[in-house]
Amino acid sequence: MTIATASSAVSGLTRRIIPCLDVTAGRVVKGVNFVQLVDAGDPIEIARRYNEQGADELTFLDITATSDGRDLILPIIEQVASQVFIPLTVGGGVRQVSDVQRLLNAGADKISMNSAAVANPDLVRAASDYHGSQCIVVAIDARRVKDAPTPTWEVFTHGGRKGTGIDAVAWARKMAEYGAGEILLTSMDRDGTKSGFDLELTRQVSDAVAVPVIASGGVGTLQHLADGVTLGGASAVLAASIFHYGEFTVREAKDFMASRGIPVRRN
Amino acid sequence: MTSIAIVDYGMGNYHSVERALRHAAPEADIRLCKQAQEIDAADRVVFPGQGAMADCMRTLDEAGLRDAVLRAARDKPLLGVCVGEQMLFERSDEGNTASLGIFKGEVKRFTGPLFAEQLGAQTDRASRLKVPHMGWNPVRQTRPHALWSGIADATPFYFVHSYYAVPSDAGLTVGESQYGVRFTCAVAHENIFAVQFHPEKSADSGLRLYRNFVDWNP
Repeated sequence: MTIATASSAVSGLTRRIIPCLDVTAGRVVKGVNFVQLVDAGDPIEIARRYNEQGADELTFLDITATSDGRDLILPIIEQVASQVFIPLTVGGGVRQVSDVQRLLNAGADKISMNSAAVANPDLVRAASDYHGSQCIVVAIDARRVKDAPTPTWEVFTHGGRKGTGIDAVAWARKMAEYGAGEILLTSMDRDGTKSGFDLELTRQVSDAVAVPVIASGGVGTLQHLADGVTLGGASAVLAASIFHYGEFTVREAKDFMASRGIPVRRN
Repeated sequence: MTSIAIVDYGMGNYHSVERALRHAAPEADIRLCKQAQEIDAADRVVFPGQGAMADCMRTLDEAGLRDAVLRAARDKPLLGVCVGEQMLFERSDEGNTASLGIFKGEVKRFTGPLFAEQLGAQTDRASRLKVPHMGWNPVRQTRPHALWSGIADATPFYFVHSYYAVPSDAGLTVGESQYGVRFTCAVAHENIFAVQFHPEKSADSGLRLYRNFVDWNP
């Protein structure tokens, strides 16, 4: 097995662990395929806890459907940002450059776009030109449509409900060219299954783009997190339920990754 | 009570800087300043920056704040952050932009065969380094400094950038990191301290650095 992490002589950069908080109506929830939502707690409390455990970043996905509801995340981001001093990514319902501005003002450091990027790729370019690519993340929800020997994946939008016919690897490449500073890559097939990342998907997208890729979808064990880096080539790994329900702390995840030779930040 | 001006010229994460400073120094008078007089009146100045260097320089000039920053750099504790650090140098490869020239040196992009952007087929794709350099990277403290107080050598700080400053005078460097190249990520001279990383996003160590800045008497 080739360890994909560059040696510390070349790079001291650590691989990131990013707990993800799905937020609706002011609470963190966890569901399977966006249904059967279960309350997982107060976002500020959870954000604090993960920060104390050494999380490298936090991602908030606003899964509230209505446009009025979308603004509910702003006060949450403001509160988290004034108490937790690590990078915060916010996604969900971003439609225009002004949405990006509002979320950045509230305290987000990076804004994640998904359906809106597919509907209007120029939005990514405009947002990146104006705010800088460092704060623009393109989220890709991908479903495997063809299996081995040459697997392919299709981009889905609208919380995974709408197929686009777009090839996920080509889309990642295009979004990086349009100014995405990072790709948040979720395997819909694996999401909620606890069977591990789709490592082929992760590896193909990671190799295809020059920007960092965050692997997401399917984490059930600490080995899965390590695999996302060593086999998938991800710069960062994102997980929700294993942290929310206290199965593992972020610190345990880091200890495990370190034991596998992956450079991580420990505090 | 010390007063701190955060230079607000419309580019950058000055809200994050403000939040972190308030947390690190609740007793200080901290203000986002769009006016030169406010910057002149403050005891200390934080100079943030984010996005493209050319946009940062243009908006700084449009806001009429270039001279106020230059004045602050002469005699007040000044903390440059990210592009605010890069702008202290003479010019940047990013958009071939002339900058403030307080320090001699240039700002360069991460480039070379180790980086993913070099599309040479022979490069092992799996081990290429991504740009932007994004995430937590240990900072080696190459010189002692009051702003490192209470922060262990090689503590990781949070970086997001594609360009980095290369000082002509190696004596300016007080911190280095490794990303394909060993690069300067913190510089200091007399009343100026400037960092490429984001202390406001670097958890407790970043807050400590802001606290040290508030307490610093160069």
